Amino acid sequence: MIHARALEKRYGDKPILRGVELDVGTHDFLLVTGPNGSGKTTLLRLCAGLAAPTRGELEISVERGRLGYVGHEPLVYRELTALENLELYGRLYRVPERRERIGMLLERFGLWDARHARAGSFSRGMLQRLALSRALLHEPELLILDEPYSGLDNEGAALLDRELAARTDDAAFVVATHDPQRIERFASARLSLA
Amino acid sequence: MTYFSDVAALARKDLLLELRARDTLPAMLLFVVSTLVVFHFVLPADSSDLAAAGLLWVALLFTALLGLSRSFAAEREQGVIDGLVLAPSDRSAIWVGKAVSILAFLVLAEVIALPAYALFFRPVGGALVAGVALADVGIAAVGTLLAAMATASRARELLLPLLFLPLAIPIVVGGVGASVADDPARYLGFLGLYDALFAIICWASFEYVVTE
Repeated sequence: MIHARALEKRYGDKPILRGVELDVGTHDFLLVTGPNGSGKTTLLRLCAGLAAPTRGELEISVERGRLGYVGHEPLVYRELTALENLELYGRLYRVPERRERIGMLLERFGLWDARHARAGSFSRGMLQRLALSRALLHEPELLILDEPYSGLDNEGAALLDRELAARTDDAAFVVATHDPQRIERFASARLSLA
Repeated sequence: MTYFSDVAALARKDLLLELRARDTLPAMLLFVVSTLVVFHFVLPADSSDLAAAGLLWVALLFTALLGLSRSFAAEREQGVIDGLVLAPSDRSAIWVGKAVSILAFLVLAEVIALPAYALFFRPVGGALVAGVALADVGIAAVGTLLAAMATASRARELLLPLLFLPLAIPIVVGGVGASVADDPARYLGFLGLYDALFAIICWASFEYVVTE
């Protein structure tokens, strides 16, 4: 699904990534680790097609509409409700039986009672749950998750554990985290950035 | 059909955001009316139609600039542009949806501005209304693209006027000409041509603006 050779990314003169090699196949789970500033987020943005490499080879064989992405920002409009945000993404991703799917995800992520509340009134943890709902809405084949446990309480983290466990047979994952022990058991490949 | 439903969903979202936040349209209305009031006192009573029309177009242009500077605020501040770019819809639909919402804000501002102009300066004729309508399309088309470009920069407040105002000069020339000329058709045709040309260029190039 993702094939990278001698991948390099620079912002101006500043090298962010150098010589990265990776292969992510169907149902692979790539765990990306590294200290702050090592380029984890940049690598995930490259894999999602949100940025272009400066040098090297990067092939992403997944269609844009089959990719789910959770970044540092929840990528939702704060002035829209949880339901309106997911409705918008559901339309753009042409999700079949959109209403039912949105309702099911909101229920599963514990946001059903807050579905008519604006995202701007959500706590960090609720925003992360909404971001995860958004990323899973279209049942992606490839999930790119940047610090997916960020902001989640114990209940939310356990919920995400269950989601990951349930999907490892159906989707490929690229996950960056500071807490590799939590998802070590899912990983089929590891990439440590210096 | 999916392209147009994407555009409709994106434009509807922008109008809903404005309805909730009310941070663009009220500012545009206040600005255009207060500018026309100031111009009313600045312009001598015996000044020409050309001067009055020129001031109207200056007011409209800067009102549009005010709206454009806020047009990608939600996407910038909340990082949502990444979410829109990742969606499988054609990326130009983001541009069309945003341009439609900006066009709606401009029309609403002008619904107030043109009667105010008629009150303070001269009667508003059909050619002026047609000129304003055609200019709105060009402003929305070019302005949306440039606002998206500027929003990625830290100097966005400076960059947007620097990029937009030179490209808006033909709009002012066409608009003022249509407002005062005996034969406005030539100027209206010029504005129509500008709209068509720049709409195609902006539509085709938007994808490159929103991806790194």
